[in-house]
Amino acid sequence: MAANGNITVQGYINHHLNDMTVGEGFWAINLGALGWSIILGSLFVISFALVGRKATTGVPGKFQCFVEMIVEFVSGSVRETFHSKDRLIAPVALTIFMWIFLMNLMKLVPVDWFPTIAGFFGLLFNSSALPEYAQNYSYLEQIMSHPWSYLKVAPTTDINIAMGLALGVFVLILGYSIRYKGVGGFAKELSLTPFNHWSLIPFNLVLELVQLISKPVSLGLRLFGNLYAGEVIFILIALVGLGQLPLHFAWAVFHIMVILLQAFIFMMLTIVYLSMAAEDH
Amino acid sequence: MDINATLIGQSIAMVVFVWFTMKFVWPPLNNAIEERQKRIADGLAASERAEKDLEKAHEQVAAELNKAKADAAEIIEQARKRATKLVDDETQRGQEEREKIIASGHAEIEAERNRAREELRKQVAILAIAGAEKIIQREVDAAKQSDIVDKLVAEL
Repeated sequence: MAANGNITVQGYINHHLNDMTVGEGFWAINLGALGWSIILGSLFVISFALVGRKATTGVPGKFQCFVEMIVEFVSGSVRETFHSKDRLIAPVALTIFMWIFLMNLMKLVPVDWFPTIAGFFGLLFNSSALPEYAQNYSYLEQIMSHPWSYLKVAPTTDINIAMGLALGVFVLILGYSIRYKGVGGFAKELSLTPFNHWSLIPFNLVLELVQLISKPVSLGLRLFGNLYAGEVIFILIALVGLGQLPLHFAWAVFHIMVILLQAFIFMMLTIVYLSMAAEDH
Repeated sequence: MDINATLIGQSIAMVVFVWFTMKFVWPPLNNAIEERQKRIADGLAASERAEKDLEKAHEQVAAELNKAKADAAEIIEQARKRATKLVDDETQRGQEEREKIIASGHAEIEAERNRAREELRKQVAILAIAGAEKIIQREVDAAKQSDIVDKLVAEL
């Protein structure tokens, strides 16, 4: 949908980059991103759990084959990198891979579809929420002005979602460090590497802490940056009007790679970080 | 687009999903895969074993066949020998029989001839005596000259 009438280009872009929120300040929650994130996560766990429950050891069906392919792929990646025996890491890797993949996949849905549908239902069921200034707008503009239409359907383009995942990984890194090395071993690694001398403990500490914290930060920012940039391009393409169709198609095809790659990279780095946390070095 | 509580919400969601995956998604799928891998491995091993068994059976069959052939050849050889021996024996027996029959025929013929000769001799003697009797009837007593006749008979 091109920006026309009362909605400016700037307003249109802002519209698509902002999410529906409840709450104020830090305690605000981005309903669109978090909601879709949970919907997609549930879609993943429920469909996979259903397949798992009906899983046959005989000849598998097509969907079971597909699911098993992913499971095998993740399990192979884990086995290659993470050498200790661990019950948690493979499910973590699978969850991260599938969840991020599905969240990224939502980017292929044209940017106006879900906001328009949500705005339509917003106008239908909660027309009083329409801002005062929009009373004289055209119907479509009213839809797009409705608060419900501020809906982000690709959760990973929200930095909170990406960093939330990275935070989870960070907690796992700490947990693995302590579990495999003990609190003492972990403290020793933080303070006595790379220079094993008591006088250099503060220096080591700064170095190691930076290294430790840079892991989740880079993990989250990489995912967010890639996806956000792609999303901005999608929005800009959507501004072109009817000419967007071939452009959108081309960018979407190119983006399939990013979608898959970023999910894979996030999973792989999680495994690598966790195996680094579990091994002495 | 600020950092806000969504981050915490997402982290909590992640914990829940990871827990769910660990509890209900990963184990059954992984078990199914591992079970199937084991079954496939077993199946492959079984088929390999069956192949080996088949090969062994083939060898056994070939050996049996060879042995049977050898047996058959031996039996045929024996039979031939026995047939030959039988024919030989029969031939010999026939020969003997023939010789015996010929010999008995000869003996019979000989006996017949002797008898005939004896008969003839007697006839001749009788004839001679009758002739002599006729000749000498008038002057010689037959009883008196019988020793001469007997001597004559013996000379015949």
